[in-house]
Amino acid sequence: MKNICFYFQIHQPISLKRYRFFEIGQDHYYYDDFQTEHQIRKLVEQAYLPSNKVISEMIRSSNGKFKCAFSISGIALEQLEQYAPEVIDSFKELGKTGSVEFLTEPYAHSLSSIFNATEFELQVKKHAHLIETLFGKKPTAFRNSEMIYNDEIGEIVSNLGYKTILIDEARQVFGWKSPNYIYNHSYLPKVKLLVRNNRLSDDIAFRFSNRQWDAFPLTADKFISWINNLPDNENLINLWMGYEALGIYQRAETGIYDFFKALPFNAIEQKVSFVLPTEISKKMESAGAINAPYPISWYGNEKDVSSWTGNDLQQEALNKLYAVSERVHLCSDRPLQHDWLMLQSTDHFRYMSHKSSFGSPFESPYDAFTNYMNILADFLERVDAQYPTTIENEELNELLKTINHQEKEIESLESEIKRLKTRKSSTTDTHSK
Amino acid sequence: MKALMFGWEFPPHILGGLGTASYGLTRGMSMQHDMEITFVIPKPHGDEDQSFLKIVGACNVPVVWKDNNWDYVNQKIGKTMHPDEYYWLRNGIKYDYRRIYTNELGCIDFSGKYPSNLIEEISNYEAVASVLAHQMNFDIIHSHDWLTYPAGVFAKNISKKPLVIHVHATDFDRSRGQVNPTVYGIEKRGMDAADHIMTVSELTRRIVIEKYHQDPNKVTTVHNAVEPLPNADSFTKTPRKEKVVTFLGRITMQKGPEYFVEAAHRVLQKTKNVRFVMAGSGDMMNAMIDLAAKRNIADRFHFTGFLKGRQVHEMLAESDVYIMPSVSEPFGISPLEAMQVGTPTIISKQSGCAEILNHAIKTDYWDIDAMADAIYAIVTKPAMHKSLQELGKEEVNNIKWQDAGLKVRRIYEKALGWH
Repeated sequence: MKNICFYFQIHQPISLKRYRFFEIGQDHYYYDDFQTEHQIRKLVEQAYLPSNKVISEMIRSSNGKFKCAFSISGIALEQLEQYAPEVIDSFKELGKTGSVEFLTEPYAHSLSSIFNATEFELQVKKHAHLIETLFGKKPTAFRNSEMIYNDEIGEIVSNLGYKTILIDEARQVFGWKSPNYIYNHSYLPKVKLLVRNNRLSDDIAFRFSNRQWDAFPLTADKFISWINNLPDNENLINLWMGYEALGIYQRAETGIYDFFKALPFNAIEQKVSFVLPTEISKKMESAGAINAPYPISWYGNEKDVSSWTGNDLQQEALNKLYAVSERVHLCSDRPLQHDWLMLQSTDHFRYMSHKSSFGSPFESPYDAFTNYMNILADFLERVDAQYPTTIENEELNELLKTINHQEKEIESLESEIKRLKTRKSSTTDTHSK
Repeated sequence: MKALMFGWEFPPHILGGLGTASYGLTRGMSMQHDMEITFVIPKPHGDEDQSFLKIVGACNVPVVWKDNNWDYVNQKIGKTMHPDEYYWLRNGIKYDYRRIYTNELGCIDFSGKYPSNLIEEISNYEAVASVLAHQMNFDIIHSHDWLTYPAGVFAKNISKKPLVIHVHATDFDRSRGQVNPTVYGIEKRGMDAADHIMTVSELTRRIVIEKYHQDPNKVTTVHNAVEPLPNADSFTKTPRKEKVVTFLGRITMQKGPEYFVEAAHRVLQKTKNVRFVMAGSGDMMNAMIDLAAKRNIADRFHFTGFLKGRQVHEMLAESDVYIMPSVSEPFGISPLEAMQVGTPTIISKQSGCAEILNHAIKTDYWDIDAMADAIYAIVTKPAMHKSLQELGKEEVNNIKWQDAGLKVRRIYEKALGWH
């Protein structure tokens, strides 16, 4: 029996404002709120709200047989809370149906998994906590920002308690292996890997309305029969895409919602069912181990991390940013901590790419870099003001220990004074006698 | 295919970008095995590279019949033209040009520069064109810039061969909109008579269509390229503590020098580790010296005067940033030259070359904040400098005159009605 596992990604970067170098040290607010609100409202009105409505209808009309998972980045959740709280409510409603699973991912949709393991762990915990608070259920499956994965990341994630990881069908790792099985981590057999079916996912997300495509028009009936015609033992078809595929890439006029609405009906008729990531990873046996020594991702043709880390500009920005991770972890300044997260979003670095700066609000990769580095310079100055870089990290730790313990220290010294005073007074007492 | 080209400048004796572009283009076109180019210029010096085309000096073409013996002709013009050719061309005199002042050979003394009687030289150039059009054998006429349009038009009328004109600049670029009616008239007549018009950028193409009312189907952009610099590695950068930001070109209204001074002022408010150089000369130079003093940055802002030849590449190679804030630049070859020697470049969006460059920073000419920001980023961020340097060099080395030459070839064929 065939199983379809749907999962939709929601992430929207916060827009950085035009920040010139002479503002460094003067202006500590880095965001273009108007632009951020404009973008998120557009997504909400044209995609998220109508799509949520359709999905809730699909769940209802199929008696809960239709299921799908969502992963919403912490940054996106913050924006939704601020500019479109109705979407959060709508997701809460979906969560209550029991047919929806919320995954966890690094809070800031960041590259921390590659650059700083501690930061990565902190962000996953922070995100999982937020998901639990909002939707009442602890997430049990993990997907990394941009589906970045290698053995090392898999191990960290496993140590955080997640045994289900979603990854991409990258050729350099999978070769001719089919994505329609469950696999496991190269040396941790309990960690299950679910693999995106790139062809079928992109058929919906990118090709659905393409008139030049030989399969146009795509109907639910045709799509399900493709799935049913897959080889006998290939039983898990992972259809994962950005949630904006519904309503933005494929606009409502293309009939994408009618296609979705017809899916459960056709699936049930052709004995295809829908599953959630955690559920299927518990049920299904692994077909073998996957070795991933180098990071893979779901982006571009290369399916690697070169879209974010491939050129000198990106390297410079990322190295400068993550060089202060430890110091930022020591800080307790809330605005600073918040800016730290906002500045880590993968998008900022993709805009600096010479090959994949698609959708960039900047005129060129150089423009993106210049603006980001100006902001980063101000941010680094603020970090430096708290903990100067002239002090080594270890020395700083010692100093902090002293500061944090000073009250106890003072207390113990005071009690000693008291003790000595009483002794003194008692001795003078005896003398006076 | 035989092309008769009218130009005004040809290296090594050049005064502006026109000569460089003429050389590059003809050289690129000569890669086509059946292309024969005769390039007419007012006054050759005899040291021009003629390995890939034939240069004809208008000052050696008789327009009035005079009888002279072979030895005398050889003594007079032998350096730049064979006397037999002189006698052969003399047969092309069909009109009476005795009204024009000619020398004892019946030739006109052209200055070959941009003298005050430029309009007269342009019209004398027409007389030469008539002789050549009657006597020579060619398939197409190609006129470079407005100075040579009348010659091209006259040659077309005589020979009935198609005329293509090459717009390297228009008077709108040179004058920030205050056009000279005489020049405009010459330009417009040339464009109207042309079978096809080539422009060096989309920017110029739009001006030709909008300001000269040309049919868009008749106007095609052929972007300029840059000659490979054979000794690019011989230009090295002296290691120094301070960064150098350079403006290089005529210091005139068209080049936007005041925006450079203002941007420099902005940068110097934040960092002292930079020096600014304004190389070149022009009618706004003194005003710029005043402005730099008024902004109180004269200690960090330097003027070199006019540079030429190797000095230009040396100055570019010594710079950490090259900036061209032109208000209106039909193409602008110098950023490409800067990139050849590995210097990161900032150009205005109002420059034609911005259309074909990815690894250069583009800002509006008036946006001094953006310009200052870009300068600051390049001089303070090694990654920025390195990317622009390496990728810019790679990019510019792939912009070849040979490709531009092929485009011109297709336009010739279209004008000849071959497609």
